[in-house]
Amino acid sequence: MTASVLYDAPGPRTRLRNRIYTVVGSLALAGLLVFFAMRLNSKGEFKSYMWDLFQYAGVQQQITDGVVATLKAFALAAVFSLLLATVFAAGRLSDHKPVRIAASAAVEFFRALPLIIMIYLLWATVFEPFWALVIGLTLYNGSVQAEIFRAGINSVPKGQSEAAYALGMRKTQVMLTILVPQAVRAMLPSIISQLVVTLKDTSLGYLIAYTELLYVGRILAGNTPTLGNYPYFQVLLVIGTIYIAMCMLLSAVATWVEKRARRSPKGAPPATPEAEALVATAE
Amino acid sequence: MNVLVDNFALFRQGFFGTLSLTGASAVLALLLGVLIAAFRVSPVPPLRAFGTLWVTLLRNTPLTLLFLVATFIVPEVLTTGLSSYQLAVLALGFYTSAFVCEAVRSGVNTVPLGQAEAARSIGMTFTQILRLIILPQAARTVIAPVGSLMIALTKNSAIAGAFSVTELFSTQKLLSDQGLNLTVIFIWIALAYLIITFAISGLFRLLENRLAVAR
Repeated sequence: MTASVLYDAPGPRTRLRNRIYTVVGSLALAGLLVFFAMRLNSKGEFKSYMWDLFQYAGVQQQITDGVVATLKAFALAAVFSLLLATVFAAGRLSDHKPVRIAASAAVEFFRALPLIIMIYLLWATVFEPFWALVIGLTLYNGSVQAEIFRAGINSVPKGQSEAAYALGMRKTQVMLTILVPQAVRAMLPSIISQLVVTLKDTSLGYLIAYTELLYVGRILAGNTPTLGNYPYFQVLLVIGTIYIAMCMLLSAVATWVEKRARRSPKGAPPATPEAEALVATAE
Repeated sequence: MNVLVDNFALFRQGFFGTLSLTGASAVLALLLGVLIAAFRVSPVPPLRAFGTLWVTLLRNTPLTLLFLVATFIVPEVLTTGLSSYQLAVLALGFYTSAFVCEAVRSGVNTVPLGQAEAARSIGMTFTQILRLIILPQAARTVIAPVGSLMIALTKNSAIAGAFSVTELFSTQKLLSDQGLNLTVIFIWIALAYLIITFAISGLFRLLENRLAVAR
C-alpha cells in the first residue's frame, strides 16, 4: 500500500486508524459468517446424515457423468465457436461489401440476443437438448469471438500490412503470415476468458433438461430427501465448487498465457481499448 | 403479425417484466458493485480479502446456479417471504455486482498517480481528492464498460423466466406451449430484446458524449 492513487503512504495516526478498521472489519465479517453458519445449523444442514449421499458410488458416478456431459458440451461448443468466429471475422474483414454486411448483421444479431432464447427455439423446434445447447453456444460465442478476432487483427499496426503488401504479398498471405500470428498473440487472453464464459453458459442446459452438471445436481437433491429435508445446500455447495474450480483452472491458463506472451522477446502488442471493451461485453 | 396482436397483453407483460427486472437488478448491482470496489481498494486487509473473494466466487459461478441458490437456499437462511421476482433481482444483482466492481476498480486505477499527488501537494483532503479529482476522471472511463454490463444484464435476466418470473423468456415459453408458430414468437421476442439493448447502448453513448472532455 505504498503508492496508490487513493492514499499516501500512511503516517502513524493513519496506521493506527487502519488497524482499528481492520479489527472492526474482521469482527463484522466474522459476525456475518457466524450468523449464516448458525442459520444453516439451526436447519440441520451440518448434520452428518445430510452429507451421507456423497458416499454412495452411484451418486459419485452421477456427478462424474454430469461433469463429463458439461465438458463434452463445452468442448464441442468451444471448437465450433472458434471455427464459426474465423468465418465471421473473415467475413467482417472482407473487401466485398455484401459479405461484410451479411457477416456484420449475423454477428450483431446473435450477440444481441439472450442465449437462452436461441437455445430454447432450437430445442423446441427440432433439436435434442445436447445439440440445441451446443449450437446455441456456438452461434452466440462464435459471434463474440469473431469480434475479439476482428479487434485483434485491427490492433496490429497498419505499417505491418502495408509493408507486406509492398513486398508483393497477396491478401491471403498478408492475413495468414503477418496479421493472424500477431493478432492471436494479442487476443489469446481475451479468447480464453470468453471460453470461460462458454463453460459457464453450458449450465443453461439445465433449463432444457440436458443432463449436465447442474441438472444432475438438481435431480440428485430433489430425489434424495433425508429425514424430510432435501440436501440442496450440500449438493449446490459441491457442484458450485466444481464449477468454480473448472472456471478458475481455465482462467489460470489465460493468466499463464498472458505472462508467457509478455515474457517473449518479441513481446505482445497491447490489447486495444476496443478489444477490452468487447471482453467486458462478453461477460 | 397475428401472433403479436392476439397475444399483445402477454408480450407487453413480458416486455415490462424484463425492463423492471433489469432496472431493479441494475440498481442493486451498481450499489453493491461500488461498495465492493471500495472494499477492494481500501487500506483495510480483511475488507480487501472479502472483496477479492466476492469477485472470484461470483465471477466463476454460472448464473443459473445462483438462481438455484436463490430459489432453494436463500429462503432457508434469510427469510421465506421473498417472491420469485425479488429472488431473481438478488441473483442478477449479486452476479452483476462482481463485474461492476471490477469495472469501477479498473476505472479508479486508470487515473494517473500524478493527479492525486498533485492534489495532495496543494493540500486537498481525501474527500476533496475523491470528489473533485479521482471520481470525475474514473467515471468517464467506467461508463463504457458499465454500459456493456447493463446490456449483458438485460440478456442474463432471461434466465429468470425459467424461475417463474414473468418476463420475455417466460412469454416465449408460454406462447410456445400454446402451439403457435415457434419461429414467429422467437422473432418478436428477439425484437423486444433488441429494442431494450439498443436503448441502453444509446443511453450510455449519450452519457459518454455528454461527459466527454477534450484532452
